[in-house]
Amino acid sequence: MSNQTILEVENLTVNFDVSSEGDMPWTKAKKLQAVNDISFSLSAGETLGVVGESGCGKSTLARAIVKMVPAESGKVVWLGNDLLGLSHSEARQYRKQIQMIFQDPLASLNPRMNIGEIIAEPLRTHYPKTPESDVKARVRDVMHKVGLLDNLVNRYPHEFSGGQCQRIGIARALILKPKLIICDEPVSALDVSIQAQVVNLLMDLQEEMDLALIFIAHDLSVVKHISTKIMVLYLGNMVELANSNDIYQSPSHPYTQALISAVPIPDPNVEKNKELILIEGDLPSPINPPSGCVFRTRCQKAQDICSQQKPEYKEVATSHSVACHFND
Amino acid sequence: MIVANKNKIKDMADNLSESGAGRSLWKDARIRFMQNKAATISLFILLAIVSFSFIGPYFAVWSYEQIDWNAMGSAARVGMPSIESGHFFGTDDLGRDLYSRVIQGTQISLMVGVLGASVAVIVGTLYGATSGYLGGKTDQIMMRIVDILMSIPYMFVLILLLVVFGRSIGMLFIGIGLLSWLDMSRIVRGQTLNLKNMEFIEAAKVTGVSDFKIITRHIVPNLLGIVAVYATLLVPGIILAESFISFLGLGVQEPSTSWGALIKEGAGTISYETEWQLLFPLAFFVVSLFCFYFIGDGLRDALDPKDR
Repeated sequence: MSNQTILEVENLTVNFDVSSEGDMPWTKAKKLQAVNDISFSLSAGETLGVVGESGCGKSTLARAIVKMVPAESGKVVWLGNDLLGLSHSEARQYRKQIQMIFQDPLASLNPRMNIGEIIAEPLRTHYPKTPESDVKARVRDVMHKVGLLDNLVNRYPHEFSGGQCQRIGIARALILKPKLIICDEPVSALDVSIQAQVVNLLMDLQEEMDLALIFIAHDLSVVKHISTKIMVLYLGNMVELANSNDIYQSPSHPYTQALISAVPIPDPNVEKNKELILIEGDLPSPINPPSGCVFRTRCQKAQDICSQQKPEYKEVATSHSVACHFND
Repeated sequence: MIVANKNKIKDMADNLSESGAGRSLWKDARIRFMQNKAATISLFILLAIVSFSFIGPYFAVWSYEQIDWNAMGSAARVGMPSIESGHFFGTDDLGRDLYSRVIQGTQISLMVGVLGASVAVIVGTLYGATSGYLGGKTDQIMMRIVDILMSIPYMFVLILLLVVFGRSIGMLFIGIGLLSWLDMSRIVRGQTLNLKNMEFIEAAKVTGVSDFKIITRHIVPNLLGIVAVYATLLVPGIILAESFISFLGLGVQEPSTSWGALIKEGAGTISYETEWQLLFPLAFFVVSLFCFYFIGDGLRDALDPKDR
């Protein structure tokens, strides 16, 4: 595996305008901070796991990287080029290097197209002059790669199971030989045994093609299995970023600690004696986030300083940074 | 024995590995449609009527504008339906052959209905899909234009157009085509709003497919179900509108005719005991409309998203 950095995200911020009901047209819309000041970098062959509860901005982060939602500020540097500064047509050539896999396997496939057409679409879009026989060969090739029989090309998505549909989605993402695949909760709609198959398939493909992955999930055990680095998000803010093992062995942020204590262990004896850190209360509104540290309203360690100052990202160990006042 | 079996198994394996054609949603829908007896029978009757309007003229003895001077003015006594005189459906008051005129009327009415509906479908689908897909301000402006056009009374404008610019089939097309796509665009826009947030549209966007291709390749094919249903219901609506206009005496021009014009003439002379002048065109009219509605109904059931 090479260690060349391919993607660098710097201080990425995404806001949405929210107008509440009864507002006049000239009333200024409220800002919803979906993603706030996130930075990370990713090398070829690496996997970044992104975890956090619903509504914390995981998917928005992914969509901002591929420019599906406009970013407020920040940079997305892809192989030395800032994608956010590029126009639509200039960004097009980078699109073939970044592909995406979606949460709902069936909904991500056009029900009126057959599998062959679906998988070939990115190829036909970016290389419209490819001869038909080459397209067919490439489709067959990529179908073998994801473990689908190539005699299924003429079938339609509704004739497949969820796991197969997800394989089709992966095949579509792979056909252009991308360098980065963003997986937006690719396994959360599948049952556990199929989850394992799909995750292992992704890992095999990663090794074979030297892919970088951004893997979004809310299931920590799945993320642990696949990731080299893990980022924990809370209310659009990054609270902890570290290597996969570090985050499991020495979680530094109180939120991460609580998340990890909630992962069930498949051993009744250990599970019974485990100390569970419960987080009280609900996620605060992202339209009106708490001052200072966003987690302070639910944090057990919260003190005065937490509401006054926003914690900086500090390196507590090599490549392990945390946003908390009580870590040195 | 064992060898034979092995061969059989090998054959089977070969068969399996052939890329079998999948069953598309259209194929499924066709099978469901065929199971609907009323719709299938209606389709056959309609096809029979259409083919009759093309084959029928070869059996006609009289052309649709030729006057049988024997029957003129005495249609009630001489012009009744009979095979010997060659007037299979009788004659009208002027002595013209009703068989030929019904065929002519069928051709015109169906043409107006089908062409009018196709204009409405093509314009309405593209307009609605574009408006719904682009969203935002474009959507607002495009839909307000539809609102304004919708608020103009349809019949009134049509009648005015025909009065001001003279009666002609062309004008009738323009008048009907101009206004009948409005409902279509509304329906399509609503459906597009649903579709455009589906993940497969997002997948296409991430891949870098252009907006135009997304509309034509991903949105429109998924709209066709609802469009097909609406189109089959639009055809009888337009035929009715044309018949109404013709009934008022503003539609097609003599010697051409349409169902509405024929029904009007037939209704006018009903007191002279020439009821065939009303009944033949009316029967064609009513049966065809029923068929269109049954087909529309069958299509709706066949393409119902609940069954997918």
